[in-house]
Amino acid sequence: MDKFEKAFNEIIENDLKVEPRDWMPEKYRQTNIRQISQHAHSEIIGMQPEGNWLLRAPSLRAKQVLLAKIQDEAGHGLYLYSVAETLGISRQEMIQQLHEGKAKYSSIFNYPTHTWADMGAVGWLVDGAAIVNQVSLQRTSYGPYSRAMVRICKEESFHQRQGYEIMCQMAFGTPEQKEMAQDALNRFWEPALMMFGPHDADSIHKNESMNWKIKRESNDHLRQRFIDRTVPQAHYLGLEIPDPNLSYNEATEHWETSPFNWEEFWNVIKGNGPCNQERIDHHIKAHNDNKWVREAAAAYAEKTENKVA
Amino acid sequence: MESGDKVWEVFVQKKPGLPFKHAGNVHAYDKKMAIQNARDLYTRRSEGRALWVVPTEAIISVPLGDADAFFDPADDKAYRHATFYDVPDGVKHL
Repeated sequence: MDKFEKAFNEIIENDLKVEPRDWMPEKYRQTNIRQISQHAHSEIIGMQPEGNWLLRAPSLRAKQVLLAKIQDEAGHGLYLYSVAETLGISRQEMIQQLHEGKAKYSSIFNYPTHTWADMGAVGWLVDGAAIVNQVSLQRTSYGPYSRAMVRICKEESFHQRQGYEIMCQMAFGTPEQKEMAQDALNRFWEPALMMFGPHDADSIHKNESMNWKIKRESNDHLRQRFIDRTVPQAHYLGLEIPDPNLSYNEATEHWETSPFNWEEFWNVIKGNGPCNQERIDHHIKAHNDNKWVREAAAAYAEKTENKVA
Repeated sequence: MESGDKVWEVFVQKKPGLPFKHAGNVHAYDKKMAIQNARDLYTRRSEGRALWVVPTEAIISVPLGDADAFFDPADDKAYRHATFYDVPDGVKHL
């Protein structure tokens, strides 16, 4: 073992942070690039289901809030692309991988958002699940990723609350509104639980990621934390969790759920979800439609930046 | 990287009198775009009232392999610290 490898192992062992210019195993670098770029793409693609409601928000306040949230998601995508770039991949390469289907993003964004109540369910459940995951990742071993998570968690704390506020307005509104809230919960509950990924026993990257402290807590552990927090929040709203087998285990003090429909999970990951094609097509179209802007910016910079002041 | 697109490092000063702190980086094609993107990305919640952007390529750092040799002249010079010196009992304001 050379001195660089020894230094890397010591960083991991002592819970310190690996920095961009430190030596690291190639597999550590690649695993981080895969995970961080997937995380970045999720933030960016995640703007689409919410953007769908921007021009139909029910009030000016709701519109302002939604716009601020979407702007945050864009910012979070950019922080994360920056983090991945410190590992030696360019943003352009990452976007190309996304367009070619080589890089993934969270499957949750392949579900459509049918009603305004879905904006509530997305903030409450999808951001809620993301926050549980991201709080855990604040302790990830790669320094720039860890710092981005700290910043993102700080900014996202309003996302979940605004979602829950919408759920309250709907659940305590007219019978029709309450029905929409229940319908949104029905559709987003299981996909939100599956955001934490496969069960620990089936997770292919688990051991290595845990040993290198890229991941700090297992998928099942994080999922359980989310379930335990969320079930009482649903009860407050007077809504029913769409799982006939949901029950509280007094001994473990955890809520227990039915087995998930993993067939659907893998099917959506493989690209057959309701909106996979639409999301990527939209991203490609926006990227191509804006090509002239990038060209104009490059031409303008060429003209002005080299001028002697 | 696409032609013309550059990476700029961003430094934010939270309040007058405090040092500028590295916040992260942005992509931009020119100085003006860099500072505007930095504002939109790093000061959306009034995190600062002053910003610097510097092209990443303009930052010089010590090569990884040379770091030990580069910094070790400081390692054996304890006399540069105030704690190196004995202060007689009873003597104040030293």
